[in-house]
Amino acid sequence: MHDAVAVATQFIGLSLGKVMYLFAMGFVGGLVSGFIGSGGAFVLTPGMMSIGVPGLMAVATNMCHKFPKALVGALKRAKYGQVDVKLGIVLGVSAEAGVLYGASVQEGIKKAYGDAGSNLYVSTAFVLVLAIVGGFVMRDAIKSYRAGTTNDEEKLTKIARWVQSVNIPYTMVYFKALNARISVLFTIPLGFATGILAATIAVGGFVGVPSMMYVLGAPGLMASATELVIAFVMGVGGSLKYAMHGMVDIRLALIILAGSLFGIQLGAIGTTYVRPYMIKMVMGVIMVTVLFSRLLMLPNTSFAIMIFALGLGAFIVLKAMWQGRCEERLRERAAELAVE
Amino acid sequence: MATTTKNKALVSAIIFGALSIGLYALLFVKEELVNSTFGKGGIYALLPIATAFLFSFIHGNFTGSFWSALGIEAAKSKGCK
Repeated sequence: MHDAVAVATQFIGLSLGKVMYLFAMGFVGGLVSGFIGSGGAFVLTPGMMSIGVPGLMAVATNMCHKFPKALVGALKRAKYGQVDVKLGIVLGVSAEAGVLYGASVQEGIKKAYGDAGSNLYVSTAFVLVLAIVGGFVMRDAIKSYRAGTTNDEEKLTKIARWVQSVNIPYTMVYFKALNARISVLFTIPLGFATGILAATIAVGGFVGVPSMMYVLGAPGLMASATELVIAFVMGVGGSLKYAMHGMVDIRLALIILAGSLFGIQLGAIGTTYVRPYMIKMVMGVIMVTVLFSRLLMLPNTSFAIMIFALGLGAFIVLKAMWQGRCEERLRERAAELAVE
Repeated sequence: MATTTKNKALVSAIIFGALSIGLYALLFVKEELVNSTFGKGGIYALLPIATAFLFSFIHGNFTGSFWSALGIEAAKSKGCK
């Protein structure tokens, strides 16, 4: 309880400027999340810290805005038939375990090596994941674009074909997103890794979505939508854990939520207008851009690059959506003329 | 047909928008009480979680209807994908 009293005194005062700032960040973060299933958290946490919110409270508050946002996004995308609830829950539960383990690893490193050791661990994880996974996703999207196969159905990778071919008795489960039965012995480590990453760099989706696409064989649209279910499951558990220590500033969470629910609805609508490779393109662009922010290791510049990465992602989403809407209107007009 | 859908969305946006504004107003009018109660931890942890669910329902319905009322809806055909 002492903790809670100490934390309660850390609630920041709110001015109109701060409210607008959080609302705008929430909107852009929500837009990107609605489209690629994750993102936004890497900007929102440091964004809150930049207006004076203590680090741990920023993490907790971000998580508390994330789960209702993910819920609304998942429900919206479920209407479009893009969500595999079963896969999301199976991965989400193992991700929750990963979050708890990841948080304890963080605490252990901090105790043993102090803040410098903890920062080094986070930065190394950030750089490695963004470089390897982000580079791979980006390369795949560019390859599809150059080959002119952006309209084609996504092909299974060799790993996904192998995962779907392995039969381990009593562990096989059918998943709609994969249209195949796979062993949960594959999904558990993937969910766990997503959770560890969520606890380390705050964006589990940077591993969750690519692993669903490339390791399990889910199409990009279904993977990004199902990630919202994972984020919801992880977010509820994480928020409850932080709230029990009085770490959540519900005012900030709800201001960000006010903006992010406008964004996530728009991002979800956007997925119905674009070609599937755009999910990979947006995710790849954001991951590679954020990678530079971490490589530079300059606090202000890094934050500015992160905001730029999120803004760039949002711009691509809106542009792709606009083009998709124009194409659809042209098709409708052509159909009307044909009838006349 | 499209106009009827838009009108329905507009009515929904107005109702849920008013409720949403009411909830946010209440949150800031009772700011001190909210901070002191929600920050207590322990069993009080259920308060921020329940509040987040409530806001996601009310504000989520508002934002969904808002875009629909503006005519921004999901693609009707799957041809562009």
